[in-house]
Amino acid sequence: MTTISIEHTSRWFGNVVAVNDVSMTISPGVTGLLGPNGAGKSTLINMMGGFLAPSTGSVTLDGQPIWRNESVYRQIGVVPEREAMYDFLTGREFVVANSELQGLGAREAQEALATVEMEYAQDRKIATYSKGMRQRVKMASALVHNPSVLLLDEPFNGMDPRQRMQLMDLLRHMGATGRTVLFSSHILEEVEQLASHIEVIVAGRHAASGDFRKIRRLMTDRPHRYLVRSSDDRVLAAALIADPSTAGIEVDLAEGALHIQAIDFGRFTELLPRVARENSIRLLTVSPSDESLESVFSYLVTA
Amino acid sequence: MYNPTVARLTYRAVLGRRRAAILFILPALLLLIATSVRIFVGPDDQIAADLLGGFAIAAMVPLIGVIAGTGAIAPEIDDGSIVYLLAKPVKRSTIIFTKLIVAIAVTMAFSAIPTLIAGFILNGNGQQVAIAYTVAALVASIAYSALFLLLGTVSRHAVVIGLIYALVWEALFGSLVPGARTLSVQQWSLALAEKIATEGLIGSDVGLPLAVSLLLGVTVVATWYAGQKLRVLKLAGEE
Repeated sequence: MTTISIEHTSRWFGNVVAVNDVSMTISPGVTGLLGPNGAGKSTLINMMGGFLAPSTGSVTLDGQPIWRNESVYRQIGVVPEREAMYDFLTGREFVVANSELQGLGAREAQEALATVEMEYAQDRKIATYSKGMRQRVKMASALVHNPSVLLLDEPFNGMDPRQRMQLMDLLRHMGATGRTVLFSSHILEEVEQLASHIEVIVAGRHAASGDFRKIRRLMTDRPHRYLVRSSDDRVLAAALIADPSTAGIEVDLAEGALHIQAIDFGRFTELLPRVARENSIRLLTVSPSDESLESVFSYLVTA
Repeated sequence: MYNPTVARLTYRAVLGRRRAAILFILPALLLLIATSVRIFVGPDDQIAADLLGGFAIAAMVPLIGVIAGTGAIAPEIDDGSIVYLLAKPVKRSTIIFTKLIVAIAVTMAFSAIPTLIAGFILNGNGQQVAIAYTVAALVASIAYSALFLLLGTVSRHAVVIGLIYALVWEALFGSLVPGARTLSVQQWSLALAEKIATEGLIGSDVGLPLAVSLLLGVTVVATWYAGQKLRVLKLAGEE
Protein backbone atom coordinates (compact mmCIF):
# COMPACT_ATOMS: atom_id res chain seq x y z
CA MET A 1 0.00 0.00 0.00
CA THR A 2 1.63 3.19 -1.15
CA THR A 3 0.53 6.66 -0.13
CA ILE A 4 1.60 10.10 -1.29
CA SER A 5 1.35 12.77 1.39
CA ILE A 6 1.34 16.46 0.63
CA GLU A 7 1.65 18.59 3.73
CA HIS A 8 1.23 22.36 3.79
CA THR A 9 2.88 22.53 0.42
CA SER A 10 3.22 25.74 -1.55
CA ARG A 11 5.06 26.41 -4.75
CA TRP A 12 5.68 29.78 -6.27
CA PHE A 13 7.41 30.92 -9.43
CA GLY A 14 8.79 34.40 -8.81
CA ASN A 15 5.79 36.39 -7.60
CA VAL A 16 3.22 33.93 -8.87
CA VAL A 17 1.84 31.42 -6.39
CA ALA A 18 0.96 28.27 -8.31
CA VAL A 19 0.13 26.05 -5.34
CA ASN A 20 -0.92 27.61 -2.05
CA ASP A 21 -0.67 25.71 1.24
CA VAL A 22 -2.15 22.46 -0.02
CA SER A 23 -2.43 19.38 2.20
CA MET A 24 -3.81 16.11 0.91
CA THR A 25 -3.17 12.40 1.02
CA ILE A 26 -3.38 10.26 -2.08
CA SER A 27 -4.20 6.72 -1.03
CA PRO A 28 -4.58 3.48 -3.00
CA GLY A 29 -7.48 3.56 -5.47
CA VAL A 30 -8.20 6.06 -8.22
CA THR A 31 -8.10 9.73 -7.26
CA GLY A 32 -9.08 12.50 -9.65
CA LEU A 33 -7.38 15.87 -9.39
CA LEU A 34 -10.00 18.26 -10.72
CA GLY A 35 -9.57 21.93 -11.48
CA PRO A 36 -9.80 24.49 -14.24
CA ASN A 37 -6.85 25.14 -16.55
CA GLY A 38 -4.09 27.01 -14.75
CA ALA A 39 -5.32 25.96 -11.31
CA GLY A 40 -2.01 24.40 -10.33
CA LYS A 41 -2.77 20.76 -11.14
CA SER A 42 0.36 20.24 -13.23
CA THR A 43 2.53 21.97 -10.63
CA LEU A 44 1.13 19.66 -7.97
CA ILE A 45 1.66 16.56 -10.13
CA ASN A 46 5.17 17.72 -10.99
CA MET A 47 5.93 17.95 -7.27
CA MET A 48 4.45 14.49 -6.67
CA GLY A 49 6.55 13.18 -9.56
CA GLY A 50 9.76 14.69 -8.17
CA PHE A 51 10.27 17.15 -11.02
CA LEU A 52 9.75 20.25 -8.95
CA ALA A 53 10.80 21.12 -5.41
CA PRO A 54 8.08 22.43 -3.10
CA SER A 55 8.85 26.03 -2.03
CA THR A 56 7.56 25.15 1.43
CA GLY A 57 6.00 22.04 2.94
CA SER A 58 6.71 18.44 2.03
CA VAL A 59 5.73 15.89 -0.59
CA THR A 60 6.51 12.32 0.47
CA LEU A 61 5.98 8.76 -0.72
CA ASP A 62 5.41 6.50 2.29
CA GLY A 63 7.40 8.97 4.37
CA GLN A 64 10.29 9.30 1.92
CA PRO A 65 10.80 12.72 0.32
CA ILE A 66 10.21 12.55 -3.44
CA TRP A 67 12.35 15.52 -4.53
CA ARG A 68 15.95 14.56 -5.35
CA ASN A 69 15.30 10.91 -4.60
CA GLU A 70 15.73 8.74 -7.68
CA SER A 71 14.86 5.54 -5.86
CA VAL A 72 11.17 6.52 -5.70
CA TYR A 73 10.89 5.84 -9.43
CA ARG A 74 10.98 2.12 -8.75
CA GLN A 75 7.50 2.64 -7.33
CA ILE A 76 6.23 5.60 -9.34
CA GLY A 77 5.15 5.61 -12.97
CA VAL A 78 4.68 8.99 -14.62
CA VAL A 79 2.60 9.89 -17.67
CA PRO A 80 3.46 13.54 -18.45
CA GLU A 81 1.12 15.88 -20.26
CA ARG A 82 3.80 17.07 -22.65
CA GLU A 83 3.75 15.61 -26.12
CA ALA A 84 7.50 15.45 -26.56
CA MET A 85 8.89 11.94 -26.67
CA TYR A 86 11.79 10.40 -28.54
CA ASP A 87 10.04 10.80 -31.88
CA PHE A 88 12.88 9.20 -33.83
CA LEU A 89 12.28 5.87 -32.07
CA THR A 90 9.58 3.34 -32.83
CA GLY A 91 6.98 2.73 -30.13
CA ARG A 92 8.61 -0.54 -29.26
CA GLU A 93 12.13 0.92 -29.06
CA PHE A 94 10.80 3.66 -26.78
CA VAL A 95 9.09 1.28 -24.36
CA VAL A 96 12.06 -1.12 -24.40
CA ALA A 97 14.37 1.81 -23.52
CA ASN A 98 12.08 2.76 -20.62
CA SER A 99 12.06 -0.87 -19.51
CA GLU A 100 15.85 -1.07 -19.60
CA LEU A 101 16.16 2.14 -17.62
CA GLN A 102 14.09 0.40 -14.94
CA GLY A 103 16.53 -2.51 -15.03
CA LEU A 104 14.05 -4.70 -16.92
CA GLY A 105 13.99 -6.08 -20.45
CA ALA A 106 12.11 -6.53 -23.70
CA ARG A 107 9.59 -8.98 -22.24
CA GLU A 108 8.20 -6.43 -19.78
CA ALA A 109 8.10 -3.83 -22.57
CA GLN A 110 6.09 -6.21 -24.75
CA GLU A 111 3.63 -6.86 -21.93
CA ALA A 112 3.16 -3.12 -21.38
CA LEU A 113 2.56 -2.57 -25.11
CA ALA A 114 -0.01 -5.35 -25.06
CA THR A 115 -1.73 -3.80 -22.04
CA VAL A 116 -2.30 -0.53 -23.91
CA GLU A 117 -3.14 -2.35 -27.18
CA MET A 118 -0.35 -0.75 -29.15
CA GLU A 119 1.29 -3.89 -30.51
CA TYR A 120 -0.20 -3.30 -33.95
CA ALA A 121 1.74 -0.01 -34.38
CA GLN A 122 4.78 -0.76 -32.22
CA ASP A 123 7.22 -0.80 -35.14
CA ARG A 124 6.17 2.57 -36.48
CA LYS A 125 8.11 5.72 -35.62
CA ILE A 126 6.55 7.71 -32.78
CA ALA A 127 6.66 10.76 -35.07
CA THR A 128 3.88 9.15 -37.13
CA TYR A 129 1.59 8.51 -34.14
CA SER A 130 -1.69 10.27 -33.44
CA LYS A 131 -2.15 11.99 -30.10
CA GLY A 132 -4.08 9.07 -28.71
CA MET A 133 -1.41 6.60 -29.80
CA ARG A 134 1.30 8.74 -28.19
CA GLN A 135 -0.73 8.81 -25.02
CA ARG A 136 -0.96 5.02 -24.97
CA VAL A 137 2.74 4.54 -25.60
CA LYS A 138 3.50 7.01 -22.79
CA MET A 139 1.17 4.92 -20.65
CA ALA A 140 3.05 1.73 -21.60
CA SER A 141 6.37 3.38 -20.69
CA ALA A 142 4.96 4.25 -17.25
CA LEU A 143 3.49 0.78 -16.65
CA VAL A 144 6.51 -1.22 -17.71
CA HIS A 145 7.82 -1.74 -14.16
CA ASN A 146 4.38 -2.40 -12.70
CA PRO A 147 4.50 0.65 -10.40
CA SER A 148 2.48 0.91 -7.22
CA VAL A 149 1.83 4.60 -7.90
CA LEU A 150 0.77 6.01 -11.25
CA LEU A 151 0.66 9.77 -11.86
CA LEU A 152 -1.10 10.96 -15.01
CA ASP A 153 -1.34 14.59 -16.11
CA GLU A 154 -4.46 15.15 -18.26
CA PRO A 155 -4.26 11.61 -19.68
CA PHE A 156 -7.48 11.75 -21.70
CA ASN A 157 -6.56 14.80 -23.77
CA GLY A 158 -6.72 13.96 -27.45
CA MET A 159 -8.10 10.47 -26.98
CA ASP A 160 -11.11 9.29 -28.93
CA PRO A 161 -14.07 7.89 -26.94
CA ARG A 162 -13.07 4.27 -27.43
CA GLN A 163 -9.48 4.88 -26.31
CA ARG A 164 -10.79 6.89 -23.39
CA MET A 165 -13.04 4.02 -22.27
CA GLN A 166 -10.16 1.59 -22.60
CA LEU A 167 -7.77 3.72 -20.57
CA MET A 168 -10.47 4.27 -17.94
CA ASP A 169 -10.96 0.51 -17.65
CA LEU A 170 -7.24 0.04 -17.26
CA LEU A 171 -6.93 2.71 -14.56
CA ARG A 172 -10.01 1.38 -12.78
CA HIS A 173 -8.44 -2.07 -12.77
CA MET A 174 -5.17 -0.69 -11.40
CA GLY A 175 -7.04 1.13 -8.65
CA ALA A 176 -9.05 -1.99 -7.81
CA THR A 177 -5.85 -4.02 -7.41
CA GLY A 178 -4.55 -1.69 -4.71
CA ARG A 179 -2.44 0.71 -6.71
CA THR A 180 -2.43 4.42 -6.09
CA VAL A 181 -3.61 6.10 -9.27
CA LEU A 182 -3.82 9.88 -9.51
CA PHE A 183 -4.91 11.68 -12.66
CA SER A 184 -5.66 15.31 -13.36
CA SER A 185 -8.46 16.65 -15.49
CA HIS A 186 -10.44 19.82 -16.01
CA ILE A 187 -13.52 17.89 -17.09
CA LEU A 188 -15.89 16.96 -14.28
CA GLU A 189 -17.61 14.12 -16.17
CA GLU A 190 -14.27 12.49 -16.88
CA VAL A 191 -13.30 12.53 -13.23
CA GLU A 192 -16.76 11.43 -12.15
CA GLN A 193 -16.71 8.37 -14.39
CA LEU A 194 -13.42 7.12 -13.10
CA ALA A 195 -12.43 8.42 -9.70
CA SER A 196 -13.92 7.23 -6.48
CA HIS A 197 -12.22 10.10 -4.72
CA ILE A 198 -11.85 13.64 -5.99
CA GLU A 199 -9.54 16.45 -4.95
CA VAL A 200 -10.59 19.82 -6.30
CA ILE A 201 -7.97 22.52 -6.77
CA VAL A 202 -8.80 26.09 -7.75
CA ALA A 203 -6.35 28.97 -8.16
CA GLY A 204 -3.66 26.98 -6.36
CA ARG A 205 -5.84 26.23 -3.37
CA HIS A 206 -7.32 22.95 -2.23
CA ALA A 207 -11.02 23.71 -2.66
CA ALA A 208 -12.79 20.46 -1.89
CA SER A 209 -12.13 16.82 -1.24
CA GLY A 210 -14.37 13.79 -1.16
CA ASP A 211 -16.23 11.23 -3.22
CA PHE A 212 -17.82 12.33 -6.45
CA ARG A 213 -21.34 12.28 -5.01
CA LYS A 214 -20.37 14.88 -2.45
CA ILE A 215 -18.63 17.03 -5.08
CA ARG A 216 -21.53 16.59 -7.50
CA ARG A 217 -24.01 17.62 -4.81
CA LEU A 218 -22.00 20.75 -4.07
CA MET A 219 -22.02 21.54 -7.75
CA THR A 220 -25.72 20.94 -8.42
CA ASP A 221 -26.97 22.54 -5.21
CA ARG A 222 -25.32 25.84 -5.98
CA PRO A 223 -27.53 28.63 -7.43
CA HIS A 224 -27.79 28.33 -11.19
CA ARG A 225 -28.33 31.28 -13.48
CA TYR A 226 -30.28 30.99 -16.72
CA LEU A 227 -30.98 33.29 -19.59
CA VAL A 228 -34.48 32.63 -20.97
CA ARG A 229 -36.26 34.18 -23.94
CA SER A 230 -39.91 33.36 -24.53
CA SER A 231 -43.03 34.50 -26.33
CA ASP A 232 -44.26 36.17 -23.11
CA ASP A 233 -41.47 36.95 -20.64
CA ARG A 234 -43.61 38.70 -18.00
CA VAL A 235 -46.23 35.94 -17.69
CA LEU A 236 -43.46 33.35 -17.53
CA ALA A 237 -41.59 35.38 -14.88
CA ALA A 238 -44.71 35.69 -12.73
CA ALA A 239 -45.40 31.96 -12.90
CA LEU A 240 -41.81 30.99 -12.11
CA ILE A 241 -41.29 33.34 -9.16
CA ALA A 242 -44.33 31.79 -7.45
CA ASP A 243 -42.34 28.58 -7.07
CA PRO A 244 -39.71 28.19 -4.29
CA SER A 245 -37.15 26.76 -6.71
CA THR A 246 -36.63 30.25 -8.12
CA ALA A 247 -34.88 32.88 -6.02
CA GLY A 248 -34.97 35.86 -8.34
CA ILE A 249 -35.88 37.00 -11.82
CA GLU A 250 -34.78 40.09 -13.67
CA VAL A 251 -36.66 41.27 -16.74
CA ASP A 252 -34.01 42.60 -19.08
CA LEU A 253 -35.86 44.88 -21.47
CA ALA A 254 -32.81 45.78 -23.52
CA GLU A 255 -31.91 42.14 -24.10
CA GLY A 256 -35.52 41.03 -24.35
CA ALA A 257 -34.77 38.21 -21.96
CA LEU A 258 -35.18 36.97 -18.41
CA HIS A 259 -32.23 36.40 -16.06
CA ILE A 260 -33.35 33.71 -13.66
CA GLN A 261 -31.62 32.53 -10.55
CA ALA A 262 -32.66 29.01 -9.58
CA ILE A 263 -31.78 27.58 -6.20
CA ASP A 264 -33.19 24.08 -6.66
CA PHE A 265 -31.63 22.82 -9.84
CA GLY A 266 -33.65 19.60 -10.18
CA ARG A 267 -36.99 21.19 -9.43
CA PHE A 268 -36.40 24.21 -11.65
CA THR A 269 -35.48 22.14 -14.72
CA GLU A 270 -38.78 20.30 -14.30
CA LEU A 271 -40.77 23.46 -13.53
CA LEU A 272 -39.74 25.63 -16.48
CA PRO A 273 -41.14 23.52 -19.37
CA ARG A 274 -44.29 22.68 -17.36
CA VAL A 275 -45.08 26.33 -16.59
CA ALA A 276 -44.46 27.26 -20.22
CA ARG A 277 -46.79 24.55 -21.47
CA GLU A 278 -49.55 25.40 -18.97
CA ASN A 279 -49.43 29.08 -19.98
CA SER A 280 -49.04 28.40 -23.69
CA ILE A 281 -45.73 30.23 -23.76
CA ARG A 282 -43.11 29.32 -26.33
CA LEU A 283 -39.59 29.03 -24.97
CA LEU A 284 -37.19 30.53 -27.52
CA THR A 285 -33.92 30.38 -25.60
CA VAL A 286 -32.93 28.56 -22.42
CA SER A 287 -29.26 28.79 -21.73
CA PRO A 288 -27.26 28.50 -18.54
CA SER A 289 -25.36 31.75 -18.15
CA ASP A 290 -22.79 30.63 -15.61
CA GLU A 291 -22.09 27.05 -16.54
CA SER A 292 -18.42 27.61 -17.20
CA LEU A 293 -16.35 25.27 -15.09
CA GLU A 294 -14.62 28.25 -13.52
CA SER A 295 -17.90 29.52 -12.08
CA VAL A 296 -18.65 26.09 -10.67
CA PHE A 297 -15.22 26.00 -9.12
CA SER A 298 -15.43 29.52 -7.77
CA TYR A 299 -18.67 28.53 -6.10
CA LEU A 300 -16.96 25.50 -4.60
CA VAL A 301 -14.19 27.62 -3.16
CA THR A 302 -16.65 29.74 -1.22
CA ALA A 303 -18.92 26.79 -0.33
CA MET B 1 28.54 5.26 -14.11
CA TYR B 2 27.75 4.35 -17.71
CA ASN B 3 24.30 3.37 -18.87
CA PRO B 4 24.10 1.72 -22.31
CA THR B 5 20.43 2.63 -22.78
CA VAL B 6 21.09 6.32 -22.12
CA ALA B 7 24.05 6.06 -24.51
CA ARG B 8 21.94 4.49 -27.26
CA LEU B 9 19.25 7.16 -26.95
CA THR B 10 21.88 9.90 -26.95
CA TYR B 11 23.70 8.58 -30.04
CA ARG B 12 20.46 8.47 -31.97
CA ALA B 13 19.48 11.94 -30.76
CA VAL B 14 22.83 13.48 -31.71
CA LEU B 15 23.22 11.78 -35.07
CA GLY B 16 19.54 11.76 -36.03
CA ARG B 17 18.88 15.49 -36.10
CA ARG B 18 19.24 17.77 -39.08
CA ARG B 19 21.96 19.65 -37.25
CA ALA B 20 24.08 16.50 -37.52
CA ALA B 21 24.70 17.36 -41.18
CA ILE B 22 27.40 19.76 -39.94
CA LEU B 23 29.16 16.74 -38.45
CA PHE B 24 29.63 15.41 -41.96
CA ILE B 25 30.04 18.66 -43.88
CA LEU B 26 32.99 20.10 -41.93
CA PRO B 27 35.23 17.01 -42.11
CA ALA B 28 34.33 16.58 -45.79
CA LEU B 29 35.36 20.20 -46.39
CA LEU B 30 38.66 19.65 -44.57
CA LEU B 31 39.45 16.57 -46.62
CA LEU B 32 38.50 18.37 -49.83
CA ILE B 33 40.81 21.31 -49.04
CA ALA B 34 43.63 18.97 -47.99
CA THR B 35 43.34 16.97 -51.20
CA SER B 36 43.28 20.13 -53.32
CA VAL B 37 46.32 21.56 -51.55
CA ARG B 38 48.23 18.32 -52.02
CA ILE B 39 47.34 18.16 -55.72
CA PHE B 40 48.07 21.79 -56.55
CA VAL B 41 50.89 22.66 -54.11
CA GLY B 42 52.39 19.31 -53.23
CA PRO B 43 53.58 18.26 -49.75
CA ASP B 44 54.46 21.28 -47.61
CA ASP B 45 54.94 21.03 -43.83
CA GLN B 46 54.13 24.67 -43.13
CA ILE B 47 50.94 24.65 -45.17
CA ALA B 48 49.92 21.39 -43.51
CA ALA B 49 50.47 22.91 -40.06
CA ASP B 50 48.65 26.12 -41.02
CA LEU B 51 45.62 24.33 -42.46
CA LEU B 52 45.26 21.86 -39.60
CA GLY B 53 45.83 24.59 -37.00
CA GLY B 54 43.77 27.27 -38.68
CA PHE B 55 40.82 25.24 -39.84
CA ALA B 56 40.72 21.83 -38.13
CA ILE B 57 41.70 22.85 -34.59
CA ALA B 58 40.51 26.48 -34.56
CA ALA B 59 37.11 25.98 -36.22
CA MET B 60 36.13 22.40 -36.94
CA VAL B 61 36.81 20.81 -33.55
CA PRO B 62 34.95 23.46 -31.49
CA LEU B 63 32.01 23.52 -33.93
CA ILE B 64 31.66 19.75 -33.86
CA GLY B 65 32.04 19.95 -30.07
CA VAL B 66 29.09 22.38 -29.94
CA ILE B 67 26.88 20.14 -32.07
CA ALA B 68 27.75 16.95 -30.17
CA GLY B 69 28.02 18.44 -26.67
CA THR B 70 24.82 20.48 -26.67
CA GLY B 71 23.04 17.96 -28.91
CA ALA B 72 23.60 15.25 -26.30
CA ILE B 73 21.26 16.92 -23.81
CA ALA B 74 19.85 20.35 -24.76
CA PRO B 75 17.07 19.22 -27.15
CA GLU B 76 15.74 16.78 -24.54
CA ILE B 77 15.64 19.50 -21.90
CA ASP B 78 14.07 21.95 -24.36
CA ASP B 79 11.18 19.73 -25.38
CA GLY B 80 10.80 18.06 -21.98
CA SER B 81 11.41 14.51 -23.21
CA ILE B 82 14.22 14.21 -20.64
CA VAL B 83 11.42 13.46 -18.18
CA TYR B 84 11.56 9.85 -19.40
CA LEU B 85 15.19 9.62 -18.28
CA LEU B 86 14.63 11.50 -15.04
CA ALA B 87 11.61 9.42 -14.00
CA LYS B 88 13.84 6.38 -13.64
CA PRO B 89 15.93 5.02 -10.79
CA VAL B 90 19.12 6.08 -12.60
CA LYS B 91 21.62 8.38 -10.92
CA ARG B 92 21.76 11.85 -12.46
CA SER B 93 25.55 11.64 -12.51
CA THR B 94 25.28 8.42 -14.56
CA ILE B 95 23.06 10.19 -17.10
CA ILE B 96 25.54 13.07 -17.41
CA PHE B 97 28.62 10.85 -17.52
CA THR B 98 27.08 8.63 -20.20
CA LYS B 99 26.06 11.63 -22.28
CA LEU B 100 29.57 13.03 -21.90
CA ILE B 101 31.10 9.78 -23.18
CA VAL B 102 28.79 9.87 -26.19
CA ALA B 103 29.57 13.54 -26.90
CA ILE B 104 33.30 12.85 -26.64
CA ALA B 105 33.07 9.80 -28.90
CA VAL B 106 31.11 11.71 -31.54
CA THR B 107 33.39 14.76 -31.40
CA MET B 108 36.50 12.60 -31.63
CA ALA B 109 35.12 10.52 -34.49
CA PHE B 110 34.11 13.53 -36.54
CA SER B 111 37.09 15.76 -35.74
CA ALA B 112 40.18 13.75 -34.79
CA ILE B 113 39.88 11.06 -37.45
CA PRO B 114 39.41 13.56 -40.33
CA THR B 115 42.30 15.61 -38.91
CA LEU B 116 44.54 12.56 -39.01
CA ILE B 117 43.50 11.66 -42.57
CA ALA B 118 43.89 15.27 -43.74
CA GLY B 119 47.35 15.39 -42.15
CA PHE B 120 48.44 12.31 -44.01
CA ILE B 121 47.00 13.64 -47.26
CA LEU B 122 48.76 17.00 -46.80
CA ASN B 123 52.33 15.86 -46.07
CA GLY B 124 52.22 12.20 -45.13
CA ASN B 125 52.65 13.01 -41.42
CA GLY B 126 55.94 14.73 -42.14
CA GLN B 127 57.41 16.40 -38.97
CA GLN B 128 54.69 14.48 -37.04
CA VAL B 129 52.21 17.22 -37.98
CA ALA B 130 49.26 14.85 -38.55
CA ILE B 131 49.78 12.99 -35.26
CA ALA B 132 50.35 16.21 -33.30
CA TYR B 133 47.13 17.84 -34.47
CA THR B 134 45.18 14.60 -34.05
CA VAL B 135 46.27 14.43 -30.41
CA ALA B 136 45.25 18.07 -30.02
CA ALA B 137 41.86 17.28 -31.57
CA LEU B 138 41.40 14.30 -29.24
CA VAL B 139 42.09 16.19 -26.01
CA ALA B 140 40.14 19.24 -27.19
CA SER B 141 37.18 16.93 -27.94
CA ILE B 142 37.08 15.92 -24.27
CA ALA B 143 37.14 19.45 -22.88
CA TYR B 144 34.70 20.87 -25.46
CA SER B 145 32.24 18.01 -24.91
CA ALA B 146 32.24 18.61 -21.16
CA LEU B 147 31.88 22.39 -21.57
CA PHE B 148 29.09 22.26 -24.12
CA LEU B 149 27.24 19.50 -22.27
CA LEU B 150 27.24 21.76 -19.22
CA LEU B 151 26.06 24.64 -21.39
CA GLY B 152 23.18 22.42 -22.56
CA THR B 153 22.04 21.93 -18.96
CA VAL B 154 22.26 25.58 -17.89
CA SER B 155 20.91 27.51 -20.88
CA ARG B 156 18.02 27.24 -23.29
CA HIS B 157 20.20 28.98 -25.85
CA ALA B 158 23.06 26.52 -25.58
CA VAL B 159 23.67 26.16 -29.31
CA VAL B 160 23.79 29.91 -29.96
CA ILE B 161 26.07 30.58 -27.00
CA GLY B 162 28.18 27.59 -27.99
CA LEU B 163 28.51 28.81 -31.56
CA ILE B 164 29.47 32.31 -30.42
CA TYR B 165 32.05 30.82 -28.09
CA ALA B 166 33.42 28.49 -30.77
CA LEU B 167 33.53 31.02 -33.57
CA VAL B 168 34.27 34.28 -31.79
CA TRP B 169 36.33 33.20 -28.81
CA GLU B 170 38.13 30.10 -30.06
CA ALA B 171 38.45 30.81 -33.78
CA LEU B 172 38.92 34.58 -33.67
CA PHE B 173 40.20 35.76 -30.29
CA GLY B 174 41.87 32.43 -29.50
CA SER B 175 43.95 32.80 -32.62
CA LEU B 176 44.55 36.55 -32.61
CA VAL B 177 44.29 38.13 -29.16
CA PRO B 178 47.15 37.12 -26.87
CA GLY B 179 45.26 37.44 -23.55
CA ALA B 180 42.33 35.36 -24.69
CA ARG B 181 44.61 32.57 -25.76
CA THR B 182 45.39 31.53 -22.20
CA LEU B 183 41.71 30.81 -21.64
CA SER B 184 41.18 28.83 -24.79
CA VAL B 185 40.72 25.09 -25.06
CA GLN B 186 42.37 25.38 -28.45
CA GLN B 187 45.63 26.71 -26.97
CA TRP B 188 45.64 24.07 -24.23
CA SER B 189 45.33 21.31 -26.78
CA LEU B 190 48.02 22.94 -28.97
CA ALA B 191 50.40 22.78 -26.01
CA LEU B 192 50.34 19.01 -26.44
CA ALA B 193 50.66 19.22 -30.22
CA GLU B 194 53.68 21.51 -29.79
CA LYS B 195 55.55 18.76 -27.91
CA ILE B 196 54.81 16.12 -30.51
CA ALA B 197 55.59 17.91 -33.77
CA THR B 198 59.04 19.03 -34.83
CA GLU B 199 60.06 22.11 -32.88
CA GLY B 200 58.98 25.49 -34.23
CA LEU B 201 56.15 24.19 -36.42
CA ILE B 202 53.33 24.41 -33.89
CA GLY B 203 53.14 27.03 -31.13
CA SER B 204 51.01 27.45 -28.04
CA ASP B 205 50.76 30.34 -25.57
CA VAL B 206 50.28 28.00 -22.64
CA GLY B 207 52.90 25.78 -21.05
CA LEU B 208 52.27 22.04 -21.05
CA PRO B 209 51.77 21.52 -17.27
CA LEU B 210 49.29 24.41 -17.08
CA ALA B 211 47.51 23.25 -20.23
CA VAL B 212 47.05 19.70 -18.95
CA SER B 213 45.84 20.97 -15.56
CA LEU B 214 43.34 23.32 -17.20
CA LEU B 215 42.06 20.63 -19.58
CA LEU B 216 41.56 18.21 -16.71
CA GLY B 217 40.13 20.84 -14.39
CA VAL B 218 37.61 22.19 -16.90
CA THR B 219 36.46 18.69 -17.87
CA VAL B 220 36.02 17.49 -14.29
CA VAL B 221 34.37 20.66 -12.96
CA ALA B 222 32.04 21.04 -15.97
CA THR B 223 30.93 17.41 -15.73
CA TRP B 224 30.37 17.59 -11.99
CA TYR B 225 28.41 20.82 -12.27
CA ALA B 226 26.28 19.47 -15.13
CA GLY B 227 25.37 16.53 -12.87
CA GLN B 228 24.38 18.95 -10.10
CA LYS B 229 22.26 20.99 -12.51
CA LEU B 230 20.48 17.87 -13.71
CA ARG B 231 19.70 16.83 -10.13
CA VAL B 232 17.75 20.03 -9.58
CA LEU B 233 16.48 20.45 -13.12
CA LYS B 234 12.94 21.78 -12.91
CA LEU B 235 10.58 20.64 -15.57
CA ALA B 236 8.11 23.46 -15.85
CA GLY B 237 4.52 22.41 -16.32
CA GLU B 238 2.34 23.40 -19.24
CA GLU B 239 0.47 25.91 -17.12
